[in-house]
Amino acid sequence: MATVTEAPPTRAPVAPEKKPPRKRGRWTPYLLLLPGLLWLVVFFALPVIYQASTSVQTGSLEEGYKVTWHFATYWDALSEYWPQFVRSVLYAASATVLCLLLGYPLAYLIAFRAGRWRNLIMILVIAPFFTSFLIRTLAWKTILADGGPVVGALDALHVLDVTAFLGWTAGDRVLATPLAVVCGLTYNFLPFMILPLYTSLERIDPRLHEAAGDLYAKPSTTFRKVTFPLSMPGVVSGTLLTFIPASGDYINSDLLGSTDTRMVGNVIQSQFLRILDYPTAAALSFILMAAILAVVTVYIRKSGTEDLV
Amino acid sequence: MAFVNWFKRNVVVIAGLLTLAYLLLPNVVVTVFSFNRPKGRFNYEWQQFSADAWKDPCGVSGLCESLGLSLQLAFWATLGATLLGTMIAFALVRYRFRARGAVNSLIFLPMAMPEVVMAASLLTLFLNMGAELGFWTILIAHIMFCLSFVVVGVKARVMSMDPRLEQAAQDLYAGPVQTFLRVTLPIAAPGIAAGALLAFALSFDDFIITNFNAGSTVTFPMFVWGSAQRGTPVQINVIGTAMFVVAVALVLVSMAVGNRRKRQKA
Amino acid sequence: MKTTEETTTAGGGDVRLTGISKTYGDFTAVHPLDLTVPEGSFFALLGASGCGKTTTLRMIAGLEEPTAGTVHLGDQDVTALPPYKRPVNTVFQSYALFPHLDIYENVAFGLRRRGIKSVKKQVEEMLELVQLGEQARKKPHQLSGGQQQRVAVARALINHPKVLLLDEPLGALDLKLRRQMQLELKRIQTEVGITFVHVTHDQEEAMTMADCVAVMNAGRVEQLGTPADLYENPRTTFVANFLGTSNFIEAEVDSTSGDDIVLKAGGGKLVLHRARASAPATTGGKILAGVRPEKISLTHADDAGEIPEGRNRITGRITESSFIGVSTQFVVDSPVCSDFEVYVQNIDRDPRLAPGAEVVLHWNPAHTFGLDAAQDIDAGAETVEEEVA
Repeated sequence: MATVTEAPPTRAPVAPEKKPPRKRGRWTPYLLLLPGLLWLVVFFALPVIYQASTSVQTGSLEEGYKVTWHFATYWDALSEYWPQFVRSVLYAASATVLCLLLGYPLAYLIAFRAGRWRNLIMILVIAPFFTSFLIRTLAWKTILADGGPVVGALDALHVLDVTAFLGWTAGDRVLATPLAVVCGLTYNFLPFMILPLYTSLERIDPRLHEAAGDLYAKPSTTFRKVTFPLSMPGVVSGTLLTFIPASGDYINSDLLGSTDTRMVGNVIQSQFLRILDYPTAAALSFILMAAILAVVTVYIRKSGTEDLV
Repeated sequence: MAFVNWFKRNVVVIAGLLTLAYLLLPNVVVTVFSFNRPKGRFNYEWQQFSADAWKDPCGVSGLCESLGLSLQLAFWATLGATLLGTMIAFALVRYRFRARGAVNSLIFLPMAMPEVVMAASLLTLFLNMGAELGFWTILIAHIMFCLSFVVVGVKARVMSMDPRLEQAAQDLYAGPVQTFLRVTLPIAAPGIAAGALLAFALSFDDFIITNFNAGSTVTFPMFVWGSAQRGTPVQINVIGTAMFVVAVALVLVSMAVGNRRKRQKA
Repeated sequence: MKTTEETTTAGGGDVRLTGISKTYGDFTAVHPLDLTVPEGSFFALLGASGCGKTTTLRMIAGLEEPTAGTVHLGDQDVTALPPYKRPVNTVFQSYALFPHLDIYENVAFGLRRRGIKSVKKQVEEMLELVQLGEQARKKPHQLSGGQQQRVAVARALINHPKVLLLDEPLGALDLKLRRQMQLELKRIQTEVGITFVHVTHDQEEAMTMADCVAVMNAGRVEQLGTPADLYENPRTTFVANFLGTSNFIEAEVDSTSGDDIVLKAGGGKLVLHRARASAPATTGGKILAGVRPEKISLTHADDAGEIPEGRNRITGRITESSFIGVSTQFVVDSPVCSDFEVYVQNIDRDPRLAPGAEVVLHWNPAHTFGLDAAQDIDAGAETVEEEVA
């Protein structure tokens, strides 16, 4: 709010004017909420709950499934597919960090330095959405092609030696390695990092930068002590909006990776659509969901921003 | 020394532009390769210039049908999600009611859930209900996952709106309906438009949830996915490029019109 | 304050609040309140922020539902009417001009909502009245603060409301513009003759503009009256301190004789007229004797003999003096009050009156007012008023 607040009252508690006005229509909010929430309950919440029950069923496609509280499915799924889980978390985390490092300067640029170019850059960030992400991900196959200019340059600079040593690439290939998958994930979810970052950066009064400078802060100090802390809500929602879909993704691994880069999303997808082992697929979904919810909860608590939506 | 100073001042700009280049590089490749004449079935290596694909964008069977279907789906999903999401956003900002926390979680969860999990759960529901997979199941799914994004976008806009504007309208003899139509809606319009745009993009571009719940129906992303396994026709790049150009052009034109109107009035 | 009789129908344009109150959970914003604003008057609700003045205004506008009590406009009970059915319009704090409409449409808004088709003439006349005819097609954000303020007034006035409510309408303007707009608003009010109810935390603003001022504190009306009456005869320390500055002496009632009450304070005697004591005076009881700084004369101790008889006098020593042009403000340390404020007009300046000088303060006993001693001397004084710029 741009208005200057009055001096705080001497004895009275919170100024009553600030509270949201009580409306006369008592039922209006419920009527407004009803259709949308019903949609979410029927097509989101109930299926997920049903999924939970599937994960403890036993049986077969032909004879049908029954709830037998067969928790062993979870154990079996974990013991068989733990490498894919670990890989998912590692890839998603790397992609999230890369998104933050790459996305922050661009969001900052749009918010404070773009001037009249602001809208154009904004459009360029969003417009690729309209070229199907599958087409764009396939384009990475061309960009990272064996013997192509990008790989050639990385090879000449001996970057590939380092990444190969770290196990990110294999030989003089980038395609079909973890690096390619992480690169694809980073690329695909970058806008989900940039948009919330921009939203929270844009709210910062540019005069705060001047005030910090006036109070003897170097530009780097201003960033660390003023800009970055104020953009925390954007950082939190941006990292979540990147990490969560990235950890469940299977497109990038499928198109840019190999069998050695399979993530948990690939497993769930094939269990569901090809192997048709529903309990295992459901158990895997639930483990992934629980893991993500745990991470999200801890993360939100730590960063102290409860109101994400 | 002067260069070092210049670099220091503009390091953010340089880094930002590099990121932008990273974001746009694939689009450049897609555009360039839409003029390619590939040797085999896959369009991954540059061979020679040709505008054949541009002359016959629908030359591949099923491609334009899938595109039409995707546009149709995106339109209806946007309409549905924007309507429902805007209503929820208004309820959240403008009213106090019970179980607010639960409502917030229910809206946040679809965004916090890996698509694969939502897709699989929804498929299980449809199979159990004996629903026939196709247009309607896809539409239901799309409205479901677009809804939360619309709520977030509209909510931000409505929250930053001064409640005194609505009070002023009421004070000036506008009843609740008039107030909503004449004041609230026009002021919230940019937020609603942004939410709708995002919903359209998300729906048009969705693959994972669609793939699970489409049955034998083929949307544009599914067509691309299928062709990635069998062989990628150049027409895919043509469509991708055209969509990108059309989207940018539409936004630029609407902005230019808005600016001109503003200048005329001033 | 005048009360209209229930039976009068014509011209019954008073705003009458009866037992009106507002609570939010445990917090009482406005305690049960009876208030009548006479038709055609310029009425100010004055108080610090959070005192309930804005809530009271919003209850008149219908933007807030009273927890108890009724609101009458003339003979009509409007308590249950929503704001868009009340013949009342508001100039909002920070104006609340519709950002998506131009000035013309902002001003025409109320007329259009009431289904009036030909608004052109009225809108143009109103824009002329506030001298904004040229700006009709601009958007609100293209105008200056003062212009926006005038649009807000025009937008409300065009509807010929029975009452115009103004919620800190000048709060966002700078000092010079605020002075100008005060006179402007006063002029408009006299011209159109509509009842104005004005909420402000600026005591000068309230005193300059209003015919009648209600001073509010912590959800209650402390005192109601004309500006001069409130200033000269404050009945509580809050009013005495909130409107201008007051000096207080804690005194004991020594004796009473006729219309005079003789007080004993720090060994000296002070006289207070009975009519000006708002607390009962019983011999031996306590009373707060107050006097405004500009009523006091300052004489150097060497000339004490020249002070005429019959004046209240106190001795002390000057601790601070500041020259501010028309007057000099002194702070005097005396046995009865450690920081007595005295404003002396700069007619003949006595060079001996400098910090450290021993002086005698004296004033006409008629200028003394007496208040109940059982209240906080500093009430209303420590509320530092922020310049809302």
